[in-house]
Amino acid sequence: MTVSADLELKSFVLLRLGERRFAVAADGTAELVAPSRVFRFPHNTAKIEGVILRRGRIVPVCDIAETLIGKYLTSRRFYLIALRHYGQRTEWVALPVTGECELINAELTPASPSDEPHVAGWLSHGGDVIEVLNLSALTPGSTEFFPHPATREQLGAHLTRPSKGEARP
Amino acid sequence: MPAPAPIKAGTLRSEQIILFRIGEQLFALSSSSVQEVRGADSLSGGAYEVSAPGIDKVRQFVRRGGNTLFLVSGAAHFGLSAPDGILAFVLRNTRTALLVDSIERMTAMTRLQALPLSFCHEERQWYRGLTALDQTVVPVVRPEGFLSGEELMMLDAALPSPEAFIEETEAEEDTDSGAELN
Repeated sequence: MTVSADLELKSFVLLRLGERRFAVAADGTAELVAPSRVFRFPHNTAKIEGVILRRGRIVPVCDIAETLIGKYLTSRRFYLIALRHYGQRTEWVALPVTGECELINAELTPASPSDEPHVAGWLSHGGDVIEVLNLSALTPGSTEFFPHPATREQLGAHLTRPSKGEARP
Repeated sequence: MPAPAPIKAGTLRSEQIILFRIGEQLFALSSSSVQEVRGADSLSGGAYEVSAPGIDKVRQFVRRGGNTLFLVSGAAHFGLSAPDGILAFVLRNTRTALLVDSIERMTAMTRLQALPLSFCHEERQWYRGLTALDQTVVPVVRPEGFLSGEELMMLDAALPSPEAFIEETEAEEDTDSGAELN
């Protein structure tokens, strides 16, 4: 294999939703975690099921299956912890997936203008053509969010400020 | 080589909170933001009806001195299928008396995590953030998030004229059985 060919390969995590497989860039993922308790509370954001606790951090659970395969995952699920960008900020989101994931190296074919917004590109693996997901288009969240002044005040004035390492994945 | 000196555990600042329930759902609220806890009956005994379009969570108000307090159904505010609560939290520096079902306990939180940015609708006004207590995640409500400025204007506009109701006197308020906090 030539050096130039090496440079064209990128790492992806293959995830399974039902019978279909999708990919996300490996550098945009953190870990795969076993099924764990989802904490639910009232909110009005579609696709967000609740949150899980992971390494002391509260991570929102975002079900992308309905958008991608047309139905929610009901079977036992793992959570792929992925990075979601909100403008300059980055946070973890937990994506329910069916079974375990696979790390592969493949060549990315960029998305075309006619592709859905959640498609970042395509790759070929094991005889399948697989969508590479653009999580920013697939999961909710405004990039124009400004924290409520009271939140900043309360966080800064009354509570232990999280370390820089805690603030970002 | 000598062992490094043990790191002195820092004193975590904490905040006293009240854990309460609306229906089955657990919430937290800073105890410093609760001025009084009263039985809803004792508060609504002197309450008057109010109806503003689109604000179903408020059906009553009370006059206290020169202020008008609106009784906010916590269940309706959060969209929970539960009857109106039997306790009322009079929230400090607001015009809200929040109806809840029960107080679970008082405790302290040492860390408040901002609401993840994935949550991008009204809940950003409802909650200051989330806290983890005993391996459970609890939303910490924002006292001023129950009634927006716009809702308050609409409710004020829907109030009956002062002649339509008898204003509570200070003396009557003194006889109420509320429990002052802080």
